[in-house]
Amino acid sequence: MSRIEHFLARRHLTPVSPGTTPTQGNAPDRLDIDDAPAIAVESLCKQYRTHRAVDEVNFIVPKGWTVGLLGGNGAGKTTTISMIMGLVVPSFGRAMVLGHDMATERHKVLSRMNFESPYVALPGRLTVRQNLTVFGRLYGVANLKAKIEELIEDFELGDVLDRVTGRLSAGQKTRVAVAKALINDPDVLLLDEPTASLDPDRAEWVRSRLRAYQKRRGATILLSSHNMTEVEQLCDFVVIMNRGRVVAMGPPQELAERFKCRDLDEVFIYLARVA
Amino acid sequence: MTQSLNRIAAMTARYYYILRSSWLRLLEIVYWPAMQMMVWGFLYTYLYDSKSAMASTAGLLLGAVLLWDVLFRGQLGFTFTFLEEIWSRNLANLMMSPLQPFELAASLMLMSLIRLVIGTLPVLLLTWLLFGFNVYAMGPGLIAFFLNLVLTSWAIGLVVAGLVIRQGFGAESLAYSIMIVLLPLCCVYYPVAALPVWLHPVAWSLTPTYVFEGMRAVLLDGTFRTDLMLECLALNAVYLGIGFTTFVTLLQSARHKGGLLTMGE
Repeated sequence: MSRIEHFLARRHLTPVSPGTTPTQGNAPDRLDIDDAPAIAVESLCKQYRTHRAVDEVNFIVPKGWTVGLLGGNGAGKTTTISMIMGLVVPSFGRAMVLGHDMATERHKVLSRMNFESPYVALPGRLTVRQNLTVFGRLYGVANLKAKIEELIEDFELGDVLDRVTGRLSAGQKTRVAVAKALINDPDVLLLDEPTASLDPDRAEWVRSRLRAYQKRRGATILLSSHNMTEVEQLCDFVVIMNRGRVVAMGPPQELAERFKCRDLDEVFIYLARVA
Repeated sequence: MTQSLNRIAAMTARYYYILRSSWLRLLEIVYWPAMQMMVWGFLYTYLYDSKSAMASTAGLLLGAVLLWDVLFRGQLGFTFTFLEEIWSRNLANLMMSPLQPFELAASLMLMSLIRLVIGTLPVLLLTWLLFGFNVYAMGPGLIAFFLNLVLTSWAIGLVVAGLVIRQGFGAESLAYSIMIVLLPLCCVYYPVAALPVWLHPVAWSLTPTYVFEGMRAVLLDGTFRTDLMLECLALNAVYLGIGFTTFVTLLQSARHKGGLLTMGE
């Protein structure tokens, strides 16, 4: 039994697909599976009148891991992420972050989380500096000026710092949004399509920044993406959803082997058609 | 507590940045009340000069317009500041931050007050310079009138903001229209006695009624009705409580319904 299966069994959870052994090469050395996971999704369901958007979803994200949440349009990824953020209350089950139920105790953990999503924008009339300052103060960031300087350097925002956010290019906006997502050095970072609007070069550049942040802080990242190359590069583990259910989970390479596919792209297409 | 104050200050700074980002926005805050005051001001001058039986009520009319504007602009200031979050698709960013609902409400109240001061002061000056109507003739009662109307406008603003969160853009028009329901019932331009008797309890359940009756007592009889203002303040405390509870309940309901993340799309 793998460590994750063992963990799920102890919490009376069952992985949807067998063989979820994490690839040791990808997993952080300091992982201690006996710790409370950074994210635990337990029997999560969301029912909208006649439509069940999320149906009995179970998975965990151990601390310090990067996990990809994959699925086609309408698979239930955004609803699942919304429930993990506490923006949507589950109909059944629960989403726990750092040991806190996000439906009832989210205020205890929000200062240790952050997110970036294409559904959400930073106020377009404010300059980049003003936006970072406002969010830094909302998150109670100590030594905010130094933190903003650090982000400006990391994300090469010097040129756009005093420009109005709404007038930036899509790529610049994404860089600012990711910088905002890191303003409080979050322990748990939720990213919805973080590089969707970037050219391949800039996308790789953002990925390298995320990898560096994850390595430096030991942060936990849950990201949803349609870019399978990105997922293979960033994620230790992936959870694939279809029609509100988890249809497979495991390390990217292992999933490819299990479904006799060349890469995650093929796995995704195979599961989308078969499931 | 300090963190709460910091977050309220951060949100107020955010709204201040928006306000100062466009001179047109600043102008708009002054423009509408000023134009309205011009219309009523000229009517006031006409009635005053006509020496007709209506001449004695001209001051009442102008006072009523001024105070109604405090109520109307206070609510608009609160609601429109909140709507900025929806229009800019920023609500989920705020909901995901440590900002608490009462902190958001407090910053909206503060901003409503700032917008009100920006909009009202030039109008008061205009009224005095053009029409010779000195609003300070209402004496210290003016502070009580202003305070009570602002509290009412916040209570209404909280309910409208909650409805927008719960119902989405469909409820946006309430920001403009909800106050019109109050206009005939809270006796802005006429005494409560002018209403049918069966509507009196409805009128007295509305806090602005107390203010406008109080204003008439000051301008007609020269007496400040402390009793009316205290009753009004007590009623406002209840309405503010109801407003905030409604706001939080509707926010919670929106979390069940879903859509907070995509609001503004």
